[in-house]
Amino acid sequence: MKRKIERKDWLLFALIILFALLPAIPGIRENSLTMHVILMIFLMASMSQSWNIVGGYCGQVSFGHSVFFGIGAYGAAMAVVKYGMTPWPGALAGAFLAAGIAVLISWPVFRLSGHYFAIATFAIVEIFNRLFMVWYWVGGAIGLDYSITEQGIVNFVWYQSKVGYYYGALVLLGLVFGVVRWIERHRIGYYLRAVREGQETAEALGVDSTKAKLSAMAVSAFLAALCGAFFAQYNYRVDPPMVMSLDMSMKFVLVTILGGTGTLFGPLVGAAVLVPLQEYSRAFLGGLGGGVDLIIFGLLIILVVVKQPKGVVGIFSYLRRRMVERESVGKEND
Amino acid sequence: MIVFLQVMVNGILNGLVYALVATGLSLIWGVMDVINFAHGDYLMVAMYTSFWIGALLGVDPVLSWIVSGAFLFLIGALTYKLIIRYTVGRSAISALLATFGLSMFLKNVCLYLFSPNFRLLSKTVLGGKTIETGGVIFPVPQLVTALGALVVIVLVYYMVKKTRLGWAIQATAMDKEAAELMGIDTERIYLLVFGLGGSCVGIAGGLLPSYLAVHPEVGLLFGLLAFVIVAMGGFGSIPGALFAALLVGLVESFSGFFIAPVFKYVAVFALYLLVVMVRPKGLFGW
Repeated sequence: MKRKIERKDWLLFALIILFALLPAIPGIRENSLTMHVILMIFLMASMSQSWNIVGGYCGQVSFGHSVFFGIGAYGAAMAVVKYGMTPWPGALAGAFLAAGIAVLISWPVFRLSGHYFAIATFAIVEIFNRLFMVWYWVGGAIGLDYSITEQGIVNFVWYQSKVGYYYGALVLLGLVFGVVRWIERHRIGYYLRAVREGQETAEALGVDSTKAKLSAMAVSAFLAALCGAFFAQYNYRVDPPMVMSLDMSMKFVLVTILGGTGTLFGPLVGAAVLVPLQEYSRAFLGGLGGGVDLIIFGLLIILVVVKQPKGVVGIFSYLRRRMVERESVGKEND
Repeated sequence: MIVFLQVMVNGILNGLVYALVATGLSLIWGVMDVINFAHGDYLMVAMYTSFWIGALLGVDPVLSWIVSGAFLFLIGALTYKLIIRYTVGRSAISALLATFGLSMFLKNVCLYLFSPNFRLLSKTVLGGKTIETGGVIFPVPQLVTALGALVVIVLVYYMVKKTRLGWAIQATAMDKEAAELMGIDTERIYLLVFGLGGSCVGIAGGLLPSYLAVHPEVGLLFGLLAFVIVAMGGFGSIPGALFAALLVGLVESFSGFFIAPVFKYVAVFALYLLVVMVRPKGLFGW
């Protein structure tokens, strides 16, 4: 079956090309804060997009994604710190491990519904967090610190400039968004949305809902773990509260909610709102501003959930509909 | 043997405080099917209220719990008026996310105003006193807090089961439309329930500063434990919450003492997962 390339695909291509050309603009490449903010947007968007597969398209609101993110981060860090290898095999092993663990955990937990499911995922994060705190083989509460290695793509570390990380994050973004776009257009995407709209109905139509949910979870965990590996490489260190905490889990969820769940561009929009808010308030208010960014973010989340559950993307499509309606009304009057 | 009893006493004393926090959550959950994620932060706000009354006015927590209980009633009612009211009828998770936003807001406002420092009231009436019977030590602040919690739980339970208001609350929980047809102002019931839920955690938080330091993150653990307790006890069941809270308190203190302190919450959360795997609607749920 040949599928038509839609406007969404062109938009995605155009955005990625635009992002790829961005560092060429004088002033951006030299400003390491700007580079940091943009690449953090890419990372946050990729993280939330990976969550979006399960939480948005499939409707299973999991608060446990920091576990997979953490496993990926630890995978890369263990390869570098403990075994003196490049991070690549570690990241890959971490991603497969995360997918395996995701399936193993989710298989019983998916039997729970609603609030019971949400609380179970909280509990899982807390268990992993506390176990990693005392698991000395992976560094315990102190975590793992990178020693200095030669910079470049092989070790995936750069010290002087952020350009390497920038393109790394962009590739990650392209990969995650590409996968989600592929899912959106193929049979599995329709299965997931059918399960979200009504599990019983979907099953009555012959969708194996358990299989659909588990495969969504596996793909989602795999991608989240890759994001985690990137995060560890970027920070040169990893410890349990940094990657495997409830706060981290909530970021996956809230960024997507803010942007728009179950939409392709929602996570990117959400990240583009949150990351600058967070990074610039931290850069300019510094120690004085303790928590100001999160006060604003908290209010934004309340506002979005109460007023526009479809997120910022929902606001855009509402505005576009309004414009189209006004145009057609105008034509009728002519 | 003495050690065993002591560990058990500690577990029960903690468990009763958890039970009061969980009762507030259970009321809200049972009547409105809403998880209030800001519940732990309510506790934190109540603790700050009681702390500042103690530090600035010199009033002891044995009295200031009245103020924090009333204040949290107000906050609960406001939460309903300004946020929860708009999420009724939306997907079950939307109220949870909105209250998570509220949780971030409350936590960071307190962080901004009061700094992340740990603050403890010194020189309280109860502070530092102990009662010893047969080798088992009862710390007085914990004992008074736990007994106070028990009294409030019993009162709330009595109110729900035996008074006309309680019947109206139960009717609203069972069937909102039918309750409305019977002339119950469900909007007011929801407001009251949210306020009462806030009051429960407000009273617990009001009593706590005589032995527990307050800081902006203090509510997180209490909140998580309250979710686990309510879910384990079963949908909106106050006796279930009390039972599950005591269980959590005991598991926490026994695993903390006999295995390792770091494992105590691993044990508690693993217990939760185990219970809901066997009984997906909790121990007393239907």
